[in-house]
Amino acid sequence: MSTLQENPPPSSRRGPIIDPDYNFGSVTDKISSIVLTPGTHMGWWLGFGASFLLVMVMLWSIAVLFARGIGVWGLNVPVGWAFDITNFVWWIGIGHAGTLISAILLLLRQDWRTSINRFAEAMTLFAVSCALLYPLLHLGRPSYFYFLIPYPATHGVWPQFRSPLIWDFFAVGTYGTVSLLFWYVGLIPDLATLRDRARNRYAAIIYGILAMGWRNSARHWMRYQKAYLLLAGLATPLVVSVHTIVSFDFAAGIVPGWHVTIFPPYFVAGAIYSGFAMVLTLAIPLRAAYGLQGLVTERHLDNMAKVMLTAGLVVAYGYLMEAFMSWYSGNVFEQYVMLNRLQGPYRYTYWALLICNIIIPQLLWSRAVRSSPIALFILSLIINVGMWLERFVIIAVSLHRDFLPSSWDMYTPTFWEWSLYIGTIGLFLSLLFLFIRLLPMISIFEVRELLVEEAHRESE
Amino acid sequence: MPRKDAAELESLQARLAGATGKKYWRSLEELADADEFRRWLGREFPEQATVWTDQPSRRRFLKLMAASLALAGLQGCRSQPEEKIVPYVEMPEEVMPGVSMLYASAMPVPGGAASVLVESHTGRPTMLEGNPEHPAFRNVTAAGMYAQASLLTLYDPDRSQTVLREGAISTWDSFLANLRLRIEAARQNNGRGLRILTEEVNSPTLAGQLAALLEQFPDAKWYEWEPVHDDNILEGADLAFGQPVQTIYQLDRADLILSLDSDLLAGQATHLRYALDFADRRRPREATLDRGMSRLYVVESSPSTTGSRADHRLPLRPADIETFARAVANRLGVNVGDAPSLPEGVTEEWLAALVDDLQNYRLPDGQGGALVVAGPWQSPAVHALAHAMNAALGSVGRSVRYIEPITVRQESKTTQLKTLVDELNAGEVETLIILGGNPVFTAPPEFELEKALTKAPFRVHTSLYIDETSAACPWHVPETHWLEAWSDVRAYDGTISIVQPLIRPLYDGVSRHTVLSALVGGAAESYDLVRSAWRERLSDLDDKAFEAQWRTVIHDGFLAESQAPEITPTLAADLAMRLPTWEAPQTLDESLEVEVAFRPDNSIFDGRYANNAWLQELPRPFTTLTWDNVALISPRTAERLRVKTGTVIELEVGKQRVRMPAYVLVGHADQTITVHLGYGRTRVGRVGNGVGVNVYPLRSQETPWSAIGAIRVTSATYELATVQHHFSMEGRTIVQDGTLAEWQAHPRHPEFLAASHHGEGGLPSLYPEVKYDGYKWGMKIDATACIGCWACVLGCQAENNIPVVGKEQVATGREMHWLRIDHYYDGEPENPAVHNFPVPCMHCENAPCEPVCPVAATVHGSEGLNEMVYNRCVGTRYCSNNCPYKVRRFNFLQYSDKSSPVLELLRNPDVTVRDRGVMEKCTYCIQRISAARIAVEKERAATGDGSLRIKDGGVQTACQNACPTQAIVFGDLNDPESRVAKLDHEPINYSLLEELNTRPRTTYLAEIRNPNPRLMS
Repeated sequence: MSTLQENPPPSSRRGPIIDPDYNFGSVTDKISSIVLTPGTHMGWWLGFGASFLLVMVMLWSIAVLFARGIGVWGLNVPVGWAFDITNFVWWIGIGHAGTLISAILLLLRQDWRTSINRFAEAMTLFAVSCALLYPLLHLGRPSYFYFLIPYPATHGVWPQFRSPLIWDFFAVGTYGTVSLLFWYVGLIPDLATLRDRARNRYAAIIYGILAMGWRNSARHWMRYQKAYLLLAGLATPLVVSVHTIVSFDFAAGIVPGWHVTIFPPYFVAGAIYSGFAMVLTLAIPLRAAYGLQGLVTERHLDNMAKVMLTAGLVVAYGYLMEAFMSWYSGNVFEQYVMLNRLQGPYRYTYWALLICNIIIPQLLWSRAVRSSPIALFILSLIINVGMWLERFVIIAVSLHRDFLPSSWDMYTPTFWEWSLYIGTIGLFLSLLFLFIRLLPMISIFEVRELLVEEAHRESE
Repeated sequence: MPRKDAAELESLQARLAGATGKKYWRSLEELADADEFRRWLGREFPEQATVWTDQPSRRRFLKLMAASLALAGLQGCRSQPEEKIVPYVEMPEEVMPGVSMLYASAMPVPGGAASVLVESHTGRPTMLEGNPEHPAFRNVTAAGMYAQASLLTLYDPDRSQTVLREGAISTWDSFLANLRLRIEAARQNNGRGLRILTEEVNSPTLAGQLAALLEQFPDAKWYEWEPVHDDNILEGADLAFGQPVQTIYQLDRADLILSLDSDLLAGQATHLRYALDFADRRRPREATLDRGMSRLYVVESSPSTTGSRADHRLPLRPADIETFARAVANRLGVNVGDAPSLPEGVTEEWLAALVDDLQNYRLPDGQGGALVVAGPWQSPAVHALAHAMNAALGSVGRSVRYIEPITVRQESKTTQLKTLVDELNAGEVETLIILGGNPVFTAPPEFELEKALTKAPFRVHTSLYIDETSAACPWHVPETHWLEAWSDVRAYDGTISIVQPLIRPLYDGVSRHTVLSALVGGAAESYDLVRSAWRERLSDLDDKAFEAQWRTVIHDGFLAESQAPEITPTLAADLAMRLPTWEAPQTLDESLEVEVAFRPDNSIFDGRYANNAWLQELPRPFTTLTWDNVALISPRTAERLRVKTGTVIELEVGKQRVRMPAYVLVGHADQTITVHLGYGRTRVGRVGNGVGVNVYPLRSQETPWSAIGAIRVTSATYELATVQHHFSMEGRTIVQDGTLAEWQAHPRHPEFLAASHHGEGGLPSLYPEVKYDGYKWGMKIDATACIGCWACVLGCQAENNIPVVGKEQVATGREMHWLRIDHYYDGEPENPAVHNFPVPCMHCENAPCEPVCPVAATVHGSEGLNEMVYNRCVGTRYCSNNCPYKVRRFNFLQYSDKSSPVLELLRNPDVTVRDRGVMEKCTYCIQRISAARIAVEKERAATGDGSLRIKDGGVQTACQNACPTQAIVFGDLNDPESRVAKLDHEPINYSLLEELNTRPRTTYLAEIRNPNPRLMS
C-alpha cells in the first residue's frame, strides 16, 4: 500500500498503535487463544449468565406486551411514543460507531481503526438487532407488521411511501444487511485462521464452513481486498443516511420540537457521539479483562476520545441552534418547547442531558483524562445516558405538550417499559459475550497487516 | 357447610314445589341464576371467566359480562311468552335487516319527560334522538343526556333480573300469592296499614291507578319522594301566589335573563327547550347584527353551564343570593320589607347597572323583556321574589307563563317522606310498596329510614337494580326499563306523551303499572292498562275514532293539544309580610367553616344513573372529572386552607362527617364547597359500586341544598381522573372571542379576530388545489352557543360504538371519546370568562396524519373526509403524534367487549367495533353520509333525475343532533344554500391553528358575548 507512505508516521508523535513487542505469531496467538482455549473463564460465565437472565426478562416483557397489548406501557394521547422510539433511536445511534470505524476510517486510511473495528462492527450488529425489536414491538397490532413491507398483496395495497416510517424501514433494513455482510466478510480470513488452529474437531468443521473455503491464496486476497473496499464504500453513505432518515421520523412531523431542519446532521453527530461512547464502554473493560492493552492501546482510546469530543461539540451546536431557532422563529409553539424543556415538568431530563452531553465531556480537552481508561470509561457511560436522555427529550417531552394546552398530559413509564429496555441491554450484552468467546474480537489479519506497515514505516 | 346446603336444597324444593310441566322447566332454568350455578359454570367453562389481566379496573365489568351472559341466553328464553318459532314465511312489512326504523317514545325524568325518537335495528333500540315535533320540544333534535345514556342501562347486565325474597330467587307468581294475602287483609280494614311510596308521579295512567287504589282502600296512603325535589319552588309559589304553579320561561322571547343560582340550561326536565331557545336568541350573524342578542346575568355559587354563558357572572355564597335577590327586588320596586345591605363582593355600581339593564335592555324585536329565574336550590323567598320581580318587570304573560302543575301532588316531598317515617315508627304501616326510587340511599340521614322500614312487616321494592332500598326490603321486584314497557308521562308543559317500548323485557322485569294493577285489579299487561286509561281519557271518541287517535298518538309520541292550561295567579299583595324575615347569613370562620352546597350531578343526577358507564366516564363540565365526585372549592379559599386539587378534606355537617377529595375550580364562590349527590353507591352494580363518596349523610331535611359545615384538611391525597389538565390558552390563538358591540363596529372584519386567511384559499402551498366536485362535507361549531354540557360526546358514544375504558385508563390519558369539549379560562381566577370549545376531528384538507401513516390506514376521501381504515391500521400511533388537535384515539387495550351478547344488541350495526391496537377518530358519522347517499342514489334511479343531491340537513351527525343548543352544523360546503356554506362566509368563521395550514373542514364561529358597556372595566 504505497499511498500509506505519504502519511506522516503517527506513532512518532504519540504512543504506538500496537505494542512494538508484538509480532505476527504473537498477535495470532494472542487473539485466537481467547477463542480457542478450552474451558471458559468464570468471569465470562458470570457476565454471560447475568446478561442471559436479562434476555429472559426481555422475553417475559415481550410476552406480556403481546398478551395484553401496548396498554401495559405508559403511553397515551398525546404521548404516543416514548420509551419505545427513544430506545430504538438510541440503539440505532450506538450502532453508528461500528460502521463509521469500519467504513469511513478504512477509506480514510486511519490505520488505528484495525484493532477496534471488529468488535465495533459486532457492536453495531447487536445494537441494530436490539433497535429492530422496537419498531415491531411498538405496533398496536404487531401481527400485521408485514403491512409495512412492499410485498405483492392480493388486495393491491402498498405501504404509504410518503411516510418516514417506511423510509425508516428501508434505511434500517439496508443498514442491518450491509453491516452484517461487512462484518462477515471481514471475518472470513480470521475464520480460516481459527479453522486451521482449532484443535477441537467440531470447532474446526464449524469454522471451516464459516470460512467458506478460504485458502489464503494471493488471488483470494486480491479479490477480498477489492470486495472489502467496495463494501466499505457501500457502507459509507449508510453512516449518514440511516440516522438522517431516523431523524426524518421527527423532522417530517409537525410537532413543535420535532419539526427542525437541523435534525439530520445533528442526529448523525449524536449517533457517532453515542456510538463511540459505547465502543469505549466496551473496549476499556475488554482490554483489561483479556490483556489486550498492547493491541488496543492508549492511542486508540485517545483517538476515540477526540472523535467523541468533536461529535459532542457538533451536538452542542445542535442544542444551541435548537434554542436559538425557537427564539428566532417567533413562533409561540416553538418557543414554548424550549421553555418547557427548561422549566416544564420534565426539566430534569433536559438539564441532565446538558450536563451529560455538553458540560462533563469538556473534560476531554485534557490529555490526562483522555489517557486515563477509568476516566474515559466513566465519561463514556455518562455520554450514553446523556444521549438516551436527548432522545427522550426530543420524543416524549415534545409530545407531552404540543399545540393545544387542553390535550397536554404527562407520561410515566411503567415497569414493562423499563424491563424491556433493560432486557434489550441484556440481549446486547449476551450477544457480545458470545461473540468474544466464539469469534476473534480483534481482526487478526488486519493487525498483522498493520505490523508490516508499522515495520515498514520505522524502517524508513 | 351442610347447614347451608340443606337450606339451599330447601329453597330449591320450595321453588320447584307446585311447578308442573313447562313451568317446571322454567324453574330449573331460574336456578341458573344461583351463585352456585354460576360458580359451577365458571369451573366448567373457564374461558368464560378468563379476564385479561388488566390492572383491576372498572372496565373489567365489560369483560366479566362474558360470564354473566353465558346465562343471559337462558334468561332470554325464559322471559319470552310461549310462542312457536316459525321462520318468516312472509317478511313483516318494513322490517329489514340493515335498515333502521324510528319510533316515538318518551323517557320519564323528574319534572317531566324527554321526548325521543328511538332508532331500532331489527328490533333492538340502538340510538336515541330528540322528537322535534313534540310540542314541548319543537325543533329540539337532542334527546338529552339521560335519555341518551339510558340505552346502556337497558342492556346493563347488572340490572335486577328476578324477583327476590330475602335475597333468594323467587318468582312473580310467588310474590303475587304473598301480596294477595296482604291485600285481602287490607281490604278488611280499608287499607289502614297500606302505604305506597313512589317517585314523583307524572304519568297519567299511574296517577289513575293510584287514585283507584286510594278509592278502594280509603285509609291507605300514598307518598312521593325525590331527593332532587322542588320543595322550595312549591313553597315559593305558595308565598307569592298562595297556589302551586308551574312556571314556564319563554327564553325565545326574553331580552335579558337574570339567573339566581339556576342552571336552567342543563339538568332539569326543561333544559332542552330552554337551551335551544336561549341559544336562538344569541346567534348573531353578519346579516342580522342589528337584531342584537339577549344578555345573561348569572349569580351563582358553583360554576354551571348557564354561568359559563353569562355575559356577567357573579359568584356568591349560596346564603348571600337571597340577600342579593332582596336587594335587586327592592330596587325594582318590589316591597320586600327592610332592604338588607349588599353581600360582600357586590358593588352598588354593579347592582345599579343590572337593575337598569333589567328595566331597559330590550332587543329591537323585543316582546319578552327581562326575566328573573331562581334555581331550585334557592330558598322559597328567592322564588317568591323572582315571581314578584317578573311581575314588576311586566314579564308575566310575555317571557314568563304560568300553567297548572303537571304533577299529581304538590306537597313537599320532604314532608311526605317524614310523614311516612313517622307512621313507620309508630307501627302503623303493615304493607309498604316502594315503586322505584332509592329512598334508603337518598333520604335525609336523620329519618333513619332503613331502621324505620323494618317496622313494616311486608315491604316490597321495585327497581331496575337491586339497590340499597331493595336490600332493606324482604321482597324485590325487578322493574322494566322504560324502553321495555308501555306507559305515559307528561312533559314539563303538560303534554301527555306515550312511553312506547321498543323491545321485550330482557329480564323478568315487571312494569309499575302491572305491580299496581296487582293491588287494585285490572289487566296485567302495561299495554292494556295504558290503553284502557287512554280510552277513558278520550271517552268522547267512538271506538273507531279512538283507534285512529291512539295510532296517531303512538306514531307521534304525544297527544296533541294536551298541554296544561295556562293560569294567571295573582301575586299576593302582602308579599312583604308573607316573606320570612331576612336574616343576615351566618358569618363563617374563614379557616374552619364553609357553606356546603348540594347539587345533583351532571352525569348521574341523584345517583340513579350510577351504574351507567357512559355517564360515569363522561367528563363533568369544567372539571372534566370522570368516575368520581369531588368537593369543589374556590382558588382563594383553597389557598387559604392549603388545599390543592386531590387533597382529601373532611366535611362535617351536624354530626355527620365525610372525607372526599377537593377540586380547585376557578369561578367558584369563596368559602363555599359544592358537592354532588349520588356517589358512593354500595349496591348498584359493578360499574357504580364504590365510585366516589356518598354525601347524602350531610344533607338533612332542613338543609337540603346548602348547610354550614366545618372543613378540615387532611394530609391524604387522592388521584382524580380528569381529561383536561391545563385550562389556560398559554397566549395561543385558540378560542377567538369578542363582544357584539365590537363586531357591530366592524361587521366585515371584526378586529378581535386574528388575521384570517380562510376563504381565500388558505396559506400558500406548493401543491395544486384539490377540487371536490361532488359533496364537500364541512362542520361549523358556534362557540357562542356551546354551553359545555358534553351531551354531544354522549351522542357520539352511542352512535359510534365507543367503548368505556375505566378510571385508571382515563387517568393515564386514554379516554376514547371522539369528541371533547375543551374548557379554557381567562381573566381573574375568582371569576374568569369561561370558554367552551368542542373539538372533534378537523378533517383537514392537508391532514398531517395522512402522510405519516406507513400503511395508508388513514387516507383522504373524495368528499374531503379524513378516513380511517381500521383493518389496515397496525397501530404505530404516528398519526396521533402528528395530529396538532390531538383528536385521535388509540385502543391501547382491548376496550371493546366483543364477547358479550347483550352488548352486541346495543351496538350500531353500521359502525365497525374496533379492536386492540387500532387508531380511531371522528368520522363525521360517515355511516349516516353513506345512508343518505344511498337513499339519494335510489331516488335518482327511480326518478331518472341525476342531479338529485343530498339535501341540506339530510345528513346530521350524532353530535349535531345531541347538541341542545344546535351549536354544531354539518353539511355540504359545495351546496351554496346549505347552512354550513352560509356560515362559511361569516366573518367570524375561523379555523383552529390556522397557521399550520391544515385547512380544517371543521371550523369555528368566534365566541360573541354581549356585556353591559357600563360594566366593562
